[in-house]
Amino acid sequence: MTRFQWIRGVLTYRGAEGQWSQAAHRLTGVGVLVFLVLHIVDTFLVMYGPDVYGEALALYRTPVVRIGEVILAGAVIFHALNGLRIMVVDFWEKSSKYQRAMFYAVVVVFLILFIPATYFMMAPLF
Amino acid sequence: MSDERKSRTYLGRERPASGRELYSWFFIRVSGLLLVFLALFHLLYQHVVVGVDALTFDTVAARLQEPQWKLFYSLLLGLALFHGANGAQNVITDHIHRRGTRLFVVTAVWVVVLVVTIAGVLVLTTFTPGG
Repeated sequence: MTRFQWIRGVLTYRGAEGQWSQAAHRLTGVGVLVFLVLHIVDTFLVMYGPDVYGEALALYRTPVVRIGEVILAGAVIFHALNGLRIMVVDFWEKSSKYQRAMFYAVVVVFLILFIPATYFMMAPLF
Repeated sequence: MSDERKSRTYLGRERPASGRELYSWFFIRVSGLLLVFLALFHLLYQHVVVGVDALTFDTVAARLQEPQWKLFYSLLLGLALFHGANGAQNVITDHIHRRGTRLFVVTAVWVVVLVVTIAGVLVLTTFTPGG
């Protein structure tokens, strides 16, 4: 498939909340996993003493990385909330009727958690 | 990996019938539930209670010596990595159809996860600020 056919496929996709939320769940999951691997590596630097670890910490305070952390927080929060929704449907048969409503509940709770989190994380920059 | 999924209904839905896939299925849910609390606590504690700007080698080193934090981080480390590796395996199985490539990528993911787990365990068991 050429990349234009791919883009057209995404734009005209006739999936609904369930399909998109599954894609988002996978994307955020893989993203958080990749971050986690890097995070364990950077924490491992603590074994090399305050100078080396201090440099890593200084890198984490730069604006670019702070924005990355906000995106990470969003990914974690969405993945957690949507994961809970998946578990409810998995273990409580009848709830699958309400999966769409639950998705919108996930979106609402996500905003309630994510917006203050963004504020806390970006505030020190201003 | 066979393309014929053997499955059975459980609570009226398709579930892996047996073996590794069934355990993987359950583990993802159980660990996921625990991780909701562990990971969100970690996020909140680091960003709101401590604050990224208050992080220094000394504060981190001190925290890593305390047994309750070591326990917390051990749980977070093991559960998160294993949850992620299982999840990644599901994604890979769905998208990579060539058997050789799929096996290679799945193995690579597990090798990376294993190495990183060992690194984390090393930090939690051997690190002392003086050393």
